[in-house]
Amino acid sequence: MLSSKTFIEKLHGHGFDFFTGVPCSLLSGLISSLEESSGYLPSVREDAAVGLCAGAFMAGKQPVLLMQNSGLGYSLNAFTSLNLIYGLPVLVIMSWRGCGGNDAPEHIIMGAVNEKLLATAGMDHDVLTRDNVDALLVQAVDQIKNKKLPYTLLVKKGLFDERH
Amino acid sequence: MKGIEVFQELAPLLADEAVVLANGFISRECFQVLDRPGNFYMIGSMGLASSIGLGVALAQPERRTLIFDGDGNVLMAMGTLAMIAACAPKNLIHIVIDNEVYESTGSQRTISNVVPLESVALSCGYRQALRVTQRDALKSAYESLCQAEGPGFLLVKVEPGFDPATGRVTHTPEEIRNRFMNSLKV
Ligand SMILES: Cc1ncc(C[n+]2csc(CCOP(=O)(O)OP(=O)(O)O)c2C)c(N)n1
Ligand SMILES: [Mg+2]
Repeated sequence: MLSSKTFIEKLHGHGFDFFTGVPCSLLSGLISSLEESSGYLPSVREDAAVGLCAGAFMAGKQPVLLMQNSGLGYSLNAFTSLNLIYGLPVLVIMSWRGCGGNDAPEHIIMGAVNEKLLATAGMDHDVLTRDNVDALLVQAVDQIKNKKLPYTLLVKKGLFDERH
Repeated sequence: MKGIEVFQELAPLLADEAVVLANGFISRECFQVLDRPGNFYMIGSMGLASSIGLGVALAQPERRTLIFDGDGNVLMAMGTLAMIAACAPKNLIHIVIDNEVYESTGSQRTISNVVPLESVALSCGYRQALRVTQRDALKSAYESLCQAEGPGFLLVKVEPGFDPATGRVTHTPEEIRNRFMNSLKV
């Protein structure tokens, strides 16, 4: 397990300073900790959160967007017709419901295709684990500063503490 | 009043505001009337001018942010009105050019003829919400929103009437981003 508090400290250490998203139970501990420590703006939809982060980035923030993989479906057009063409980076922390085909029915299809969707759209991603956090955050910052593109960290069940 | 008149009327009042423009004819009309680095022309992502503007306004609370939106765009992302009201940035003014159609795609009707968007904004919690139907009332309505605490909402009822001779935004998306960020001193 990766402690939310430690992970948030690492995010702050890399300059991330703007947090929004739509909740997933897999990210519940992380979002609660963000609300306590960093300010977290509840977004009403994932595509609105993409827009919010894009605006915040252009005005000087380094945004982080938390969402369930189901939200990728809602936000794909926002990524492809906003972030990817203007070059507007955002760190996306995306829970991977339906990973391995073992979840509630509504998560199975997206769980099977979310990596392919990201790759097809040209959006780099990696699976976050306890052991690769530091390396992946360095990569995230590189992606943001140099490539100016969104970068997604997929989070499987059990990585973070869940509070619900 | 036609949509382009909103820009003809308000452009002379602009200084260092960040301006976010909805996609389609709204961006093209503003580009035609007054192209400035502080204009963010949103060419895709229909519905997101409002959330982009909210992000800008929250990140730079000392600078006024204007969103020029369309009725179709607002109806597509009506939840963002609630987010704007809940975040309550004092420096944000949301101007909606309401022609009651998706004019950019051939003037198919929207439903803003029966849904008063300024009432929706007010119910969500915008601090001010005004409706203007005449060009000569536009400037004073805008100025009163500038003087009051935001977020403010200005619904401008217009007739469709896009001039097909209006140019297209000639900057690339990357140029639009760079100019916009430079104007925001980022
Ligand atoms: C997701 C999505 N759906 C549809 C379109 C096509 N489209 C482009 S502009 C537009 C109409 C926008 O309507 P409104 O905000 O009222 O502005 P107007 O064209 O009337 O100036 C539509 C439907 C699009 N760009 N993106
Ligand atoms: Mg319209």
